[in-house]
Amino acid sequence: MREFDYRRADDVSGAVALLDADPDARYLGGGTNLVDLMKNGVERPARLVDVRGLPLDRIEPADGGGLRIGATVTNSDLAAHPGIRGDYPALAQAVLAGASGQLRNMATVGGNLLQRTRCGYFTDVTKPCNKRAPGSGCPALEGEHHNHAILGASDHCVAVHPSDMGVALTAFDAVVAYETADGPGELPLADFYLPVGDTPHRETALPPGALITHVTLPPAPVAARSRYRKVRERASYAFAIGSVAAALDIGGGVVRQSRLAFGAVASRPWRAHAAERVLNGAPATAEYFAAAADAELAAARPLPDNGYKVTLMRNLVVAVLSELAEETAR
Amino acid sequence: MAPSTSSSVTLNINGEKHTLSVDHRTTLLDALRERLDLTGTKKGCDHGQCGACTVLVDGRRTVSCLQLAVASDEREITTVEGLADGDRLHPVQQAFLDLDGFQCGYCTPGQICSAIAVIEEHAAGWPSAVTEDVRPEAGPPPLTPEEIRERMSGNLCRCSAYVQIVQAVARAADENRTETEETAA
Repeated sequence: MREFDYRRADDVSGAVALLDADPDARYLGGGTNLVDLMKNGVERPARLVDVRGLPLDRIEPADGGGLRIGATVTNSDLAAHPGIRGDYPALAQAVLAGASGQLRNMATVGGNLLQRTRCGYFTDVTKPCNKRAPGSGCPALEGEHHNHAILGASDHCVAVHPSDMGVALTAFDAVVAYETADGPGELPLADFYLPVGDTPHRETALPPGALITHVTLPPAPVAARSRYRKVRERASYAFAIGSVAAALDIGGGVVRQSRLAFGAVASRPWRAHAAERVLNGAPATAEYFAAAADAELAAARPLPDNGYKVTLMRNLVVAVLSELAEETAR
Repeated sequence: MAPSTSSSVTLNINGEKHTLSVDHRTTLLDALRERLDLTGTKKGCDHGQCGACTVLVDGRRTVSCLQLAVASDEREITTVEGLADGDRLHPVQQAFLDLDGFQCGYCTPGQICSAIAVIEEHAAGWPSAVTEDVRPEAGPPPLTPEEIRERMSGNLCRCSAYVQIVQAVARAADENRTETEETAA
């Protein structure tokens, strides 16, 4: 590991200034991904600016309703929060489905959104990788890619974003607030992650040096009846091979409003707008749930060894929406 | 302030303060084992995937291999060495002994630190990934074997003593509940 300078930030402007002073600096949150990447040599910062002590560790009512989540709130505290569990249950479930109890105690909301892919070529510095070393190639295209992207990928990179939390946040239209040396800014999560294209190394629309300060969940009554379901290769403590965050508002057997987002299928949490368009106003039956899934997955471009994900996601969407419909009927 | 690659930190471990100079690259795990001779905490994968290095930091279970020592300055750290009360083992330690919650014992300090936190997290009403209804009005889930397995899934055991580990955590949780109720009464 490269030697590095370490600074503890006392306030947000101080943290931003400390980072701004060194182009090779990184913010340190829980460190569950960054420290590991430093051990692997993927990240080689010259300075860490520790932001865990910043006063960004609270979940508060947002102006205009909803909740404002501080960027250093831990995954554990987010999942345990009564307002999250009551009004956005799929978000609590998504967080609890990720990592382990130990890692959730350390990991932060801001860091979760900025964590890197677990693609084995990205984390192995002896291998080419367009995301880590632009222009070096993507061995996953013809190599190990059974858990790679089926939506929105390119010939340059087929890695998936590993977050569970981000999938539920995407379904609920979360907005990311940040601070820079030039002042604050906001990005809807829908615009937060950049398309892969030929620049997979550019992952977010955050300005250079920006520090995520909050994530705001707008009020969403539909979210009160929501679920997160995650499929993985063992029962617990593994990344998804496919996941769904869904919310349904059903009246008189018809879908009044829906929210649907997919995980582990793309370079970012994937909002399923095409599926939502099919669902809204349609009868709340398995037939229409399958039609909605098909509408979204029509754009899927699977690789030789991950075509199973198309079937998996279709079945998962039908299962989760059917469960929500049954829950409504009870 | 000029850049520096090491710092002086004070670690409050098992109630005792230790001040030492650490290279910033030092993990809490390596500081415990290599600098302070607290070798009860084990190094398994060193990548946050096995749980062998689990300790309590400010009361919360943490994998010490991904926690930098410099970022642990002034924090309260409890390791397996700090659990017993003199010759009286912690109830979770005693349960692991009585119910054979291990074979080789390498993962055991991490399992025990994790289990202590699991019991506290459950008592605080935290749901888990297998909790059917996470809404607050549903109330805390009973600590079933399924709940224990999920909550302990961050601690791997290559001897696969899982059956007895689940029994040990269940017994310790029962004792903790009884004790809490007796104190309340």
